[in-house]
Amino acid sequence: MLNDELHLSYQILGDDFTRAGEASSDVKHKLKMMGISPETVRRVAIAMYEGEINMVIHADGGTIDVIISPSEVKLILKDKGPGIADIELAMQEGYSTAPDNIRSLGFGAGMGLSNMKKYTDEMDIETELGVGTTVTMTIKI
Amino acid sequence: MTVNEIKEILDAEIICGKDCADKEVHTACGADMMSDVLAFVKNQSVLLTGLCNPQVIRTSEMMDIICIVFVRGKKPDQGMIALAEERGIVLMTTSHRMFSACGMLYENGLRGGTKC
Repeated sequence: MLNDELHLSYQILGDDFTRAGEASSDVKHKLKMMGISPETVRRVAIAMYEGEINMVIHADGGTIDVIISPSEVKLILKDKGPGIADIELAMQEGYSTAPDNIRSLGFGAGMGLSNMKKYTDEMDIETELGVGTTVTMTIKI
Repeated sequence: MTVNEIKEILDAEIICGKDCADKEVHTACGADMMSDVLAFVKNQSVLLTGLCNPQVIRTSEMMDIICIVFVRGKKPDQGMIALAEERGIVLMTTSHRMFSACGMLYENGLRGGTKC
């Protein structure tokens, strides 16, 4: 187990669907190596992966910062995308603004944000139309 | 149920991960939407899907899914196979359709896991 904080930073490319998930995979691998419980590692991986996919689909990429401390994992996903017009609506299971071609790739079911909330202990969304969105998620270890 | 038993029941072909054929699978999930898969955490699952792209492997990786069965004879490309091999995920393909494949496994005792 680590005693200090560990910071990881990832640049997510927009519209590169083949590579989407590489950052989440890397974080999952690192957390596993640190000896964090498989259940916690999976929660972090799923939440980050959904966020990463969202960035690729909706926001032309962005950055993900991961801060790992002995007590929690914090994920900060920042993009310069279109912003979320109605967060409450976006949080509803089944609501999606993803185009049809995304659905044919297996995403866009309107489960992303609700899954992120479900697997994390805290989730905060700051968004401004035309400026971008920052999603901060915390998972307790 | 073991991975090998799934292969036998579905008359499937193992594409990669033959050395994991003895692994135990406890639950199954049939879906083409990956976010639906991500919504339900289960231990030691097999995923049956008609979707065939790298995100199927990625999703399975995040969920610690042991084995992916591609239905209707779909075959993953080399990039997907390499990714699955790296992560120790078994890939197999069956000519059965989704509904039939799920039904055959259910009939043989495999279940979908607890309600969420």
